[in-house]
Order: sequence, then C-alpha cells, then structure tokens
Amino acid sequence: MTIPEKAPRMQSTKPSLGAVLTGVIVLLIYAAVFLLEQIVPPTSMLFTVLKKGATYALVAVSMNLLNGFTGLFSLGQAGFMLIGAYTYAILTIPAESRAVVYQYYDGGLIQFALSVIPALILAGLMAAAFAFLIGLPVLRLKSDYLAIATLGFAEIIRSIFQWDKLGAITNGSNMLRLFPTFNDFNLKNAQGEVTLYLSTTIPFLIAGVCIGLIVLLLHSSYGRAFMSIRDDEIAAEAMGINLARHKQQAFCISSFFAGVGGAMLAMYQNSVQAKSFTSAMTYEILLIVVIGGIGSVTGSCLSSFLFVACSEWWLRFLDQKQMIGTWEVPLLRNGFRLVVFSIIIMIVVLFFRQGIMGTRELPDLFRKQTEKAQKGGAVK
Amino acid sequence: MTGGVKTILELENVTMQFGGVVAVDSLSMHVDKGEIVALIGPNGAGKTTAFNVVTGVYAPTNGCVKLRGKIIAQGHPTGKMKKLYAGSHIGEYGHLVSSTPDKITEMGVARTFQNIRLFKGMTVLENVLVARHMRMKAGLFSAAFHLNRQEEKRIRQESLDLLYLLGLGDVADEKAASLPYGKQRYLEIARALATEPRLLLLDEPAAGMNPQETDELSDFIRKIKDDFKLTIFLIEHHMNLVMGISDRIYVLDFGRLIAEGTPEEIQANPDVIAAYLGVDEE
Amino acid sequence: MSTVLPYLLSGISVGGQYALIAIGYTMVYGILRLINFAHGDVFMVAGILMVYISASGLPLYVSIPLVLVLTALIGFVIERVAYKPLRTAPRMSIMISAIGVSYTLQNLVLYITGGLNQYYPSIPFISESVTIGTATTKMVTIVTPILTLILVVALVLLINHTKIGMAMRAVSKDFETSQLMGIKINSVISITFVIGSFLAGVGSILYFTNYTTVIQTSGSMPGLKAFIAAVFGGIGSIPGAVVGAFIIGICENLIKGLDVILIKSGVTKQMLGLTTFSDAFTFALLIIILIVKPTGLFGEKTTDKV
Repeated sequence: MTIPEKAPRMQSTKPSLGAVLTGVIVLLIYAAVFLLEQIVPPTSMLFTVLKKGATYALVAVSMNLLNGFTGLFSLGQAGFMLIGAYTYAILTIPAESRAVVYQYYDGGLIQFALSVIPALILAGLMAAAFAFLIGLPVLRLKSDYLAIATLGFAEIIRSIFQWDKLGAITNGSNMLRLFPTFNDFNLKNAQGEVTLYLSTTIPFLIAGVCIGLIVLLLHSSYGRAFMSIRDDEIAAEAMGINLARHKQQAFCISSFFAGVGGAMLAMYQNSVQAKSFTSAMTYEILLIVVIGGIGSVTGSCLSSFLFVACSEWWLRFLDQKQMIGTWEVPLLRNGFRLVVFSIIIMIVVLFFRQGIMGTRELPDLFRKQTEKAQKGGAVK
Repeated sequence: MTGGVKTILELENVTMQFGGVVAVDSLSMHVDKGEIVALIGPNGAGKTTAFNVVTGVYAPTNGCVKLRGKIIAQGHPTGKMKKLYAGSHIGEYGHLVSSTPDKITEMGVARTFQNIRLFKGMTVLENVLVARHMRMKAGLFSAAFHLNRQEEKRIRQESLDLLYLLGLGDVADEKAASLPYGKQRYLEIARALATEPRLLLLDEPAAGMNPQETDELSDFIRKIKDDFKLTIFLIEHHMNLVMGISDRIYVLDFGRLIAEGTPEEIQANPDVIAAYLGVDEE
Repeated sequence: MSTVLPYLLSGISVGGQYALIAIGYTMVYGILRLINFAHGDVFMVAGILMVYISASGLPLYVSIPLVLVLTALIGFVIERVAYKPLRTAPRMSIMISAIGVSYTLQNLVLYITGGLNQYYPSIPFISESVTIGTATTKMVTIVTPILTLILVVALVLLINHTKIGMAMRAVSKDFETSQLMGIKINSVISITFVIGSFLAGVGSILYFTNYTTVIQTSGSMPGLKAFIAAVFGGIGSIPGAVVGAFIIGICENLIKGLDVILIKSGVTKQMLGLTTFSDAFTFALLIIILIVKPTGLFGEKTTDKV
C-alpha cells in the first residue's frame, strides 16, 4: 500500500456524530433536572445530591485540568475554594444583614452587596489572582514538592482567613451567612410561594457553563500545549512552549474555576467557615478525579455525582442500625459508611487505576461504536 | 566569518562541566548556512551535551554560543564551580547570557531527541499541532473561546500536509505511542519541522534502524534540507550515513575536539582512527 | 528569658517528637521517592492503639512494647498492600494510593472511636511535673530530646555499620542497580517501613502524653510538619530531618508564645493573635526553603538526564 503524498483538503468542520449525541445527552439531562425539580418535593435527597454533585463536578474538573491534563500535581484546591467562597459571601451579604453576621466586628468594613453573577465572577478572579501570586514561586518545583507546597499554601490561606485582625472583612473564625443561596433562585409570587423551582437547575447551569469553557479550552491550541507539558516537559519546551507561562496559565484557570466552585459550595451550604476547607477536602476531590479517570472531564463529572450520591444518600443506611426481622445486622453504626467508602476507593486506586473513564470522554464512547460498525461493514 | 558564507551557529570555547566531570572541553566550531554538519565521537564523548548547550537545556559553564552572530548563551564559572573549574579560557566571557529552550526554538532552532520523546498520550497530528502552537497568533482567550477558527483550520491543514509529506498521513489520528519505532523517529522530525526551523539538530536519527532504513533516511534528510531550506547539524553513529551526507564533520573524544574536516579527511585522520579503535599503549 | 523559657522547652520537646516522625518520611522518600502521606496517620493509629490497649488493663511494660510492635506491623502491611503493587506505576499513582491509605486509616479510626476525643492514658514518670528554672513542665519535655537523640544515634549506627544498613544506602542511591546486584529490594523496603513506623510509635507515646487526647485527625498536622522538617533538612538525610524537626518545633512554639513574649517585653500593648500563624509559619518556611535551596539543608543535588 502506498501512502498518498498529498493530504486531502479538509472539509468545512462538521461536528462528528459523537459530539452531536453528547450535546443531545447533555440537553436531556438539563431537561430532566428541570422537570424533576417541578415534580419531586424539594426536600428529596435527590436535590441535595444534584446540587452538591454539580458543585463538586466543577471543582473536580478544575482539578483535573491541572493534575490530569497539565500534569501538575497540585493539592491547593481547598485553599482556592475557600478564597472563592469567602469572596462570594463577603460581597453578597445584604447590607441590612451585616450587623447580625459581623456582630463581633461592628457590622464589618464592607457595607454594600453585589448581585450573584458578578460576585461569582469576582470569586473566581480572586482565586485566580491568589493563584498567580502563589504560582510565581511554586510552579518551578517538581511533582511531589509542588504537591506539598500547594498543600502548604492552602493551610496558610486557611489561617489568614481566620485571623482575628482581618475580622472586619472575613469575620475572623466566625461563620459567614445570610448571603443568597441556591434556594434564592426559586421564583416566588407575592405571597412567598414558589412558582417555579430553579434551585437545582441554576447550579447545574453555572457548573455546566464553567465545565463547557474548560472543555473548549482543552480543545484549543492551549489545551494541546498543556497536555504536551504533561506528556514530556523537556520535549514541550523544545517545541517552543514556554513552560513557566503555560503552567501559570493552567494554574490560574484551574484556580478560577475552583474559586467559582467554592462560591457554589457556599451557596449550597448556606454558610461558610474557613476551618472546613481542610486538606481532607482536597483529598476527597482528588479521589473523585481518580475514580472518574485522571484526564477525563466526563469521568470527573460522573464520579462527582456518584461520590456525592454514595456519601450523602445511597450508603447512608450503613451509618444506622438495621434490623432484618429480629436480627441486627452487625458492624452498622456511625462511620461505617466511610469505612466502606475508603475500601472502595483503595480498590479503585490499586486495581482499576484507569478509573471509570480512563482518558476517554463521552463522544469517544460513540466513536468506538460507529468505528466498529464501519469496520464491520467494510469486511462484508 | 569567511568569504560570502554566512555562519548560522557558532560555538566559542564552550566548556560544560558537571561537578568534577568535564563533559565538553573548550569546543569551538561553526555551522554555515545550507550545510550538513555532523558531530561524531565514541559513546560518552559529549555530543549530546553539546546539543543540550546549543538548545538551552544546559547553560555553558564557560564560553559562548552564537546564533546568526547573536550571543544566545554565554557563561563563566560561578559559585562552587569557580574552584572546581578545570577548563581553559577563564575570564574571557564576562556577562552571563542564557536563553530557555523555548526561546531558542522560537529563534529557528529545532531538535530531535536521541531517546525519542514524543507526547505519548496525544495523536500523531496533535504532536505536530503542539509544535505550531508557538507560531499561532491567537491569545489564550480567543483560543479558549474558539474565536480563531480560521487559524486553527489553517494550521491543521498545514500539519496534515506535513505528515503526508513524511509518509505519516495515514496514521494522523493514531496515538503517537502506538506507532512502530521507525515511524516514531520520523514523527520526531515532523514535529521539529513544524516549528519552522532554519537550523535542524538531529540527535542520532538513525539509531535502531537497519541499513536499508538508514539509506532511506539519508535521502530523506537531503530532501527536507532542500525542501525546507534548512541547515542541518547532526549527531550520528552510522558511519555510512555520516560520510554519505555530511559536508563537514567534527570529531569529539572525551569532550575535546580532535579533528575537523570533510568526510575524506576524517576517514584518513590517524587521531580519529585511534579514538575509535583505541591504541595500544605499551 | 523567663518568659521565653517555657516556649523554648516545649519547642525542643515537640521538635524531638516531630523528629521521630520525620525519620520515617525521610527514609521512605530516600528509598522509594514517595511522600508517604499516610505516615502521620500511622502515628495517630499508634496513639489510638495505646488508648485501647491500656484500657484493656494490660500493665505498661506489656502495653508499650505491644503498641510499638503493632505500629511497626501496620507500617509493614501498608507497604505490602498499598505501595508494593504500584512499584512500576507512575509516581502520581503511588502518591494517590498514599492519600487513599491516609483517608482509610482516618475513617477506620472514626468508625471505631465514634469520632470522639480519646483520653490518652497517663504514663508514670514521663507524665509527672517537673520544674526547670521558672518553668513548670512535664517530665516528657526532658525525656523526649534525650530519647530522640539516643534513637537517632542507634539508627545512624545501624545504617552505617550493618549489612542491612548498607543495603538501604545502596537502594537509596540506585534502585535498579542494587536490584541487579542481588539486594532483596522488597525486604529492604519493608524494613524501612518497619523502622519508620516503630519510631513514629515512640513519637506518638511522647506526643500524646503531652497533648492528652487523640482523635482521627490528630495525625495530619504533626505528620505534615514532620514531613516539612524532612524537606527542610534535605529529604533523604536523617540528621537533616532531625535538625529540621527541632528548628520547626522551636520556631512554632516561639510563635505560639510571641504575643505573650512581645507584651511582657513591652514591644506591643495588646494581643496580635499571631498564634493563628504558628501552623502557617511552618508552611511558609517550607516554601521559602524550596525556592532558596530546593535540596534542603543537607540534601544532595540530582540532575535530570535529557
């Protein structure tokens, strides 16, 4: 067989079947979420899972952008989420509520409130700005040193936000609350009755837009540059890729979305406190990324919902005494759920290192199918 | 610079020392426009180290490197190296100049690696596209929002054309890691060409190839030299290839330049023969 | 001086305890190039074991050795189960496995204890109070640095003068070559984990005698700080880890006392709340050393081959 010397002219870019199907699936998911929200009572566990799952999906994808696509093993995610959560909360608490929230700091320093969308964007920008400053020194470090340095920064940020002297802004070690939450997205009539439930659909939209942007980035020239750094730093540099600049970009973009994710977490929880953004939170997100597949956006999204569903809902029964007839099932009591969880995670880490998706994405699954069909056809 | 010939690359007394080990010792050499120049020598003679100095991976311990007359790297021993330094020409190279590898690539110097370094998780086409990244005009935001569709389409077409030219067109969508060894070597060259170099450095391009493949490679190197108006500087062990295509050859032994000349001159040089075959010392 | 002394004393004591943990990090890193994120949790588990074993009524001369042996055994098992299968995997996988082990140990302890603070048994002699100059402290403050130094000297002797020590040094220099030379890599690695965990066990007895309660998260902070001490001293170097640990222990406690010291010496009038930064300081120190001298105080330089 001889290979033609001339490349075929490329057609005008037509979206592949996989891309179209993926789009359809995503639309269906959104339609389903919207409909479920109108039908199912809002107290259902389902919505807890969907809201928290959407938040975690965004944070996990942002971490995957760094760890899976750029090859930077960073453990600073909780720190950037904290910055995002605090920025959002501080900027959106209504002026009339500030006296209550900042009761130990004379109502605090800031006496205005922004609306949700600008505050979300500022939350991301603030996290990205911190990431820029932190990135200058630490991105020169190699894999495991980078991990420990970013973990360290997250801890430093946590103690700075709890510092008493900054209390007029951060409320010290006290909780920030009374800012707009997911429930405020519900449309209400004059009597305060909900006319249209949007408290799950809107978080899905926010997370969806952000993840969509990350996917677009990954499919651009910059995305390819990031992946080349992951595969071989030295070769990437020899291909003219400025390592320092591109690592810094990946780090800031990842932190931007972690910041937005942090703000979403604040909205989900209805309150924020710096002490809850521990390294354990980062580890949890890392494990979500690993279970989903390092280097797969689809995997991170899937495993976020799975992880949240298991920990908040499906495995909850493991934490309570269960009776089968008169026989009490042994071992079941508070904390058992987490033990089961840990064991599942260790099994994935040790035996299924590819995770759910490996490095594949949703469109790839369809491509495999169509290719097989085409090859089968050719044989006949 | 002599006559009307334009020197592209010039090394001046380049010494590279790691701890107490002198890997390259006061190497002076030059590569002129349109030439194919080879750097040969026994294993461990310091050839790849010399490449790494030229491409900015290492900063020279002493001496300087010029590209088209402009100093791109210059160094003199500093810190602990002041005491350890075992080379010559000390004190001649005042201020420090260094360029990172990506800057040097941007200036038109591309390279391949002795131990193939492809982006294994990416497709063949993507490997080439990465090399075009630096030449793209779109900034981070316009690229991220896909506002540069025309440019993206153009570089895809160009990269595909390049792959077809190198006989890799049929595997453009395969993962780079799945290619057979010989094709991986060609992909390395394709990727280097995609950076639009004027000077191409090839680090043992024929390593692991059989005689027939080596012959094909010789023809191929000549062809790309003409097609892309390149100057080529290569390291190679296959003597047939080196003697067949080189205009001039430099011979390194234990980091030192022991000979320089045309292939005929090198083949007749007693020092070179001694370095390769060893001499009996009674 | 009299205001500084108590902080200095507890700094030296905590430093010694960090040192005992840091050795485990530095030895494992030296051999496997792995940050054993679970090491701090092994230290915590040793504390929990002591709580439960002493509650069962066993006398101290039985329970202390038993705790140490069990802790060493846990270290051994962790290596065999979670790290050995990944020996040829990318470095990121092993680090993730280590994080997974850390998560598992914490959750197991949470399950067993119900997430409540466990009171550490008081151990005669080292729990007793003693007065040095103007400062009153527990005996453990004095015992720790002495015991630490004795153990470190013994360990250095073991590494420099025994066959197994020689094997360890060989493996840390070049993993593959030492395997080719017939060194049983797996047993060397196991012994490294056993020694590291044993020392963490000793550290835990001293540490929790001082802090009196154990909970599932008790290991993370001391673990991270001990790791930083190891990096600070130059990872892979045992004397480095010990020196780093003492520096970090002392600095951290001086910062904890800084408000009081500044007020008593008349520099400031009111509390500045600097205590908040005692943890942050350690991490700041880590980042500074990584930037200024990435190989740490006593580390060796390595270069990547292109």
